[in-house]
Amino acid sequence: MKEVILPALGEGIEKATVSYWFFKEGDAVAEKSDLVELATDKATFNLPSPCAGVLSQILAAEGLEVRVGEKLCLLEES
Amino acid sequence: MDCSAYLLGLADYARAWELQEQLLADTIAGKSHASLIVCSHYPVITAGRRFEPGNMLVDESTLAQKGIAFYRAQRGGDITYHGPGQLTAYPVINLADFTRDIGRYLRTLESAVISFSKSLGAPEALRRDGFTGVWARGKKFCSIGIALKHWVSFHGLSINIKKDDLENFSLIRPCGMDIEMTCLEELCKKELSVRDLARPFIEHFMKAFENSGYPASLSRR
Repeated sequence: MKEVILPALGEGIEKATVSYWFFKEGDAVAEKSDLVELATDKATFNLPSPCAGVLSQILAAEGLEVRVGEKLCLLEES
Repeated sequence: MDCSAYLLGLADYARAWELQEQLLADTIAGKSHASLIVCSHYPVITAGRRFEPGNMLVDESTLAQKGIAFYRAQRGGDITYHGPGQLTAYPVINLADFTRDIGRYLRTLESAVISFSKSLGAPEALRRDGFTGVWARGKKFCSIGIALKHWVSFHGLSINIKKDDLENFSLIRPCGMDIEMTCLEELCKKELSVRDLARPFIEHFMKAFENSGYPASLSRR
């Protein structure tokens, strides 16, 4: 199982809010496809999937604030 | 940074958005590394991902009567106004080519606007810690709201140039804050032409990115 975490976003930015999941649990996900959209105070960004697989569990629901290094979801690699 | 500049003049928000989408797709596909769209807009209010409906102070029919369009935008931030009296810039840059640092990118945009404003006669232009944008005399005159897809930037910044447009900010709580807006005409105490400022802004934009360590050169289309 692969853990997807919130990557470092740069100096002064320690957290982001999950604004949109492009997939639901159980969906097949292609490598590099948009997985989740996040928002900081002045920026929104999409995090691509690091591998092909199945989105097995969303650990940070839409609206939840996540700190850099915290888990967003679990992917079962295919 | 090979950067292509697109000077659209007075452009519909939707037209600038279509060009951004096309440049975004080209940049993600590796066909382009950096582009900059510079334009001004027919009156439009846009709401970002942090939009709180209470920050729109009038209803949509009032906007329609005033000839102001309304769009939901896939960018950060709350609500803002764009009009013909502003210079609006949309950099579409692959940050992964340089540095994957959102904070540094935002500070570089601010630096570009600060040096541009100082060159026009507004020496008091500055940034405020924790409040992205550019300020002077306690008022804001440049709003920033960006988005990234695969580390390629889109959306951007708008600089209030002309006094005429400022009253439309009273229709909203800009960026969701109780702040006063000002403009470069007020700060510089002279009349300015948005159209004439597009090229000087591009020069300051390129310099700010060079100074931040983004390698720079410029070609115009």
